[in-house]
Amino acid sequence: MKIRIKFGKYGVMKFIGHLDIMRYFQKCMRRADIDIAYSEGFSPHQIMSFAAPLGVGITSDGEYVDIEVHSTKSSKESIDALNAVMVEGVEITSYRKLGDNDKKAMSLVAAADYELYIKDNYEVPDVDFEAALQEFFYKPSEILITKQTKKSEKVMDLKQLVYDFKIYRKEDRPVFYLKVSTGSTDNLKPELVLASFYEYLGLGFDPLSIQIHRIDVYGRIDEKLVSLGQMGEIIE
Amino acid sequence: MKKLALSDEILLKIDKPARYIGNEVNSIVKDPKEAAIRFAMCFPDVYEIGMSHLGIQILYDMFNKREDVYCERVYSPWPDLHQIMKEQQIPLFALESQDAVKDFDFLGITIQYEMCYTNILQVIDLSQIPMFAADRTKDDPFVIGGGPCAYNPEPLADFFDLFYIGEGEISYDALFDCYKEWKASGEDRIGFLRKAAKIPGIYVPQLYEVTYKEDGTIEAFTPKEEGIPEKVEKQLVMNMSESVYPQKPLVPFIKATQDRVVLEIQRGCIRGCRFCQAGMIYRPTREKDVDVLKQYAYHMLKNTGHEEISLSSLSSSDYSSLKELVTFLIEEFKGNGVNISLPSLRIDAFSLDVMSKVQDIRKSSLTFAPEAGSQRLRDVINKGLTEEVILQGAGEAFEGGWQKVKLYFMLGLPTENVEDQRAIAELANKIAVRYYEIPKDRRNGKCQITISTSFFVPKPFTPFQWAKMYPKEHYLACAHTVNDAVKEQLNKKSIKYNWHEADVTVLEGVLARGDRKLGKAILRAYEKGCIFDAWSDMFDNEQWMDSFKETGIDPDFYTLRERPLDEIFPWDFIDAGVTKDFLKREYANALAEKVTKNCRMQCNGCGVGKYKGGVCVEDKN
Repeated sequence: MKIRIKFGKYGVMKFIGHLDIMRYFQKCMRRADIDIAYSEGFSPHQIMSFAAPLGVGITSDGEYVDIEVHSTKSSKESIDALNAVMVEGVEITSYRKLGDNDKKAMSLVAAADYELYIKDNYEVPDVDFEAALQEFFYKPSEILITKQTKKSEKVMDLKQLVYDFKIYRKEDRPVFYLKVSTGSTDNLKPELVLASFYEYLGLGFDPLSIQIHRIDVYGRIDEKLVSLGQMGEIIE
Repeated sequence: MKKLALSDEILLKIDKPARYIGNEVNSIVKDPKEAAIRFAMCFPDVYEIGMSHLGIQILYDMFNKREDVYCERVYSPWPDLHQIMKEQQIPLFALESQDAVKDFDFLGITIQYEMCYTNILQVIDLSQIPMFAADRTKDDPFVIGGGPCAYNPEPLADFFDLFYIGEGEISYDALFDCYKEWKASGEDRIGFLRKAAKIPGIYVPQLYEVTYKEDGTIEAFTPKEEGIPEKVEKQLVMNMSESVYPQKPLVPFIKATQDRVVLEIQRGCIRGCRFCQAGMIYRPTREKDVDVLKQYAYHMLKNTGHEEISLSSLSSSDYSSLKELVTFLIEEFKGNGVNISLPSLRIDAFSLDVMSKVQDIRKSSLTFAPEAGSQRLRDVINKGLTEEVILQGAGEAFEGGWQKVKLYFMLGLPTENVEDQRAIAELANKIAVRYYEIPKDRRNGKCQITISTSFFVPKPFTPFQWAKMYPKEHYLACAHTVNDAVKEQLNKKSIKYNWHEADVTVLEGVLARGDRKLGKAILRAYEKGCIFDAWSDMFDNEQWMDSFKETGIDPDFYTLRERPLDEIFPWDFIDAGVTKDFLKREYANALAEKVTKNCRMQCNGCGVGKYKGGVCVEDKN
C-alpha cells in the first residue's frame, strides 16, 4: 500500500540537508511503529522516496515523502504517532493513501511555490517593487536569463518557467511570491528569479539577505497544477 | 522558536551546520533558570566523533536525571568555524540552550586520547575562560577532566581545576552536592576545590606540589595542605546490571561514526595483555546481566529508530552469555530490518556461524589481532593468540566461504627484533597458503590478506610503563622490514600491507607518560595553531617540535629512556587498583617471555581483588 506524507520544515531544521532528512525520516518510521515495507537483500532499506529535495537554509510547509507499508492505521492516528516522535521544526500535516498505480511524488513534480522574505536584520531597499514588477515581469513577452550550471551555461525564458510572481506586504516589508517550474527538467530556483529582478532594479543581490520559504509542491494532471497533498485519500 | 548562537550568515557559510544547532532526537530540553547547576559536557573533537562516544551518553543521561542539573553538550568547532569565532569573538556555546559555556558552573571534558590535548585548549580558549586554572575567578566555570587519559593528568594539570579518576557513574552526585553547598556559602573558589579534593576519585592539581631531581625525574609529589589525600583512588561501578544506562540515547541528524545502538555488555578484560591500558585500568572485568541487556536492546532500538545494534566491550568473546545474547538479537530483530553488527569476535565455529547469518560473507572480512608476528613476542606481550589458533580459525572461515582477512599488529614492542618483524609477513603468508589448500573448484579466486601495523606507545598503569620507545627513524625502519618481508613471500600478491607515519607516535609517547612540565609546550603548540592533531591531514609535527624547543622540553627524556623501577612516575599518586608490584612482576615476566594466565583461569593478585566484585568473585559466592 502506498502512502504520501506531507510535512513542514521550520526553524533550526532548515540547516539539516536533504540526505540527513532522509535518514531522519527512516528512524522516525521505526520510532512511530509505522509498518513500513523493506527491500530484500542483506541490508534491507525502507521503501521511501522524497518529492523534491529542499536546499539547506530553506523552510517549507509543503514537503512530501512517499512510503510503502504493509498495513496502516487511520490518517489521524498515523499523523499523531509520527508527530509524537518528531523534533521541533518538523511537523507532519497529512498522511494519505494513494492508489496502487499512482505515480511517485518524485516523478510528478512540476512546480512549486515560494515566499521570499528580506530577513529582519537586512534593510529593505527603497524601491517601488510593485510598480517595477509590472515592467520587469508582466509587460515583456520574454525574459531571457543565463543559468550557470556546473558544466555549461543555459539560457532560459522566465516567462515560460515562472507561473506566478506577486508582491505583497507583511508588516510593511515586501514578500515575493513565486510559483516556478520544478522537477528534473526545467528546474528553476526562485532565488534566481529574484536575483534577476534585483539586477533589473539595479540592486545588488545578497542571497544571505533572503529567507526562502516553500509553500507547496505541485504535480501536473490534465494540464493543471495540483498540489501533491491533494492526491490520494484520507484513511478513516 | 529556538534561538541559535550563530547567525544564518555563519551557519550557511560553514561546513555541516548541523554540528552546531542541537535539537537532536532525545536531546534534553530544560529551563536553564530552573537548574542549580549547569554542566557543559565536552568531547574535544569534531561533533561526529564526539556524538559517537558512549561515556558521554551515559553521563548526559545520568546528570540530567537530576532535577537540579542541566547537562548540555559541546564539541570542538571545526577549523572553519574556529577561525570565525576567533575573528568575531563569539564565545563557545552549548548545543541545547546555545548559551555561552563561560556562564556555566562546570565545563567537563572527556580526555580519550593524547592527540586531543590542543583541542582541549581550543575549547577553553573559545569559551573565553582563562586558560590556566590558577587565573580563574569566581565567575568562571570549574573545568573538570575525566576519561582514560585522566590516569595521567599531569601534562594537562595547569589547565584543569579538577580531574575525575575512574568511571563517572560514582562520584558526581557527591561533587554536585558539594558544589551546591559551596555556592550557597559564598566561599572563594579554592574553598570548593579543597572540599572537592576530599571526594573519592577527585584530584585537584593546584593542591599538590611536585619537586624534581636534577635529572628531571620527580623527587616528590605531595599534597600542599593538611587533609588533602596523598592518593586518589579510581572510582568504578561494582553492580553493572543495576547501574544507569541511557535508554534514550541521542540520535544525531548527520551521520556520526557510531550510527547505531550500542549495548555495553561488560567492562574490563580478563586477558591481561601487557601493552593494553584499558585492560588494566578497567579491572576487574564486570559483566552485565544478559536479561537486562535484552530489555535494553528493545528500548534503545524503539527510542532511537536506529537500524543497527552493536555490542561494546574490550573482548566480547569472553562475555559468558554471548551466545545467548547474539542468538536473541538475531532472532528478535534481524527480520525487522535491524542489522546486527558484531564486534571483533574470536574466530571459531560459533562466531563463523553467527557472522554468516548477519553479514554477506563475500564482502565481509575476518579480523585477527595477533599484535605481534612471532610466538616469542606474543608471549612477551601476553597476547594469548597462537599461530595454530589463527590458522585453524582462518581455515574454517575459508572453508565457509570467506576470502578476506585483516591482521593487526604493533611494531616497536619491547624486546622486538628483526625476526619478530619478519614473522608478521610470514604469518600472513601461512594464512594465504591455508587458503590455497582449498581445491580450486571450491574457492572463489584469490584471497585478500591485509596487514596493518601501528607503532606501540607505552601507557601508564601497564607493565610496559617503564619501557623505552624509539626514534621516529627506527619505527619507519621496522615498517620497511615488514614491507620487504612481505615482498619476499610466495603469496605476496594476496597480501597488502599498510602502515602509518611515525611522527605522531613519538608525540603521543611524550604526552602519554609526560609530567606537569609539558603544559607550557602544549599551550605553545596551540598558540602556533595546532588543533585536531588526531587528524593526520591537520597534524603539524614541526610546530610541535618547535614548541618543545622554545619551552625547553626535551622529548627524548619522555620517550627514549628506559625508566628505572624505582622512579616516581607523575601518575603514581593515583590508585588504579592494579598495584605497582603487580605491574613490575608482569614487566619481569614479559622480559622472561613468560605468559600469565587470564583472570578466569587463575588469579594473579593484581590488586583489584580489594573491590570484591566482577570476575574476582565469580563462582565464589
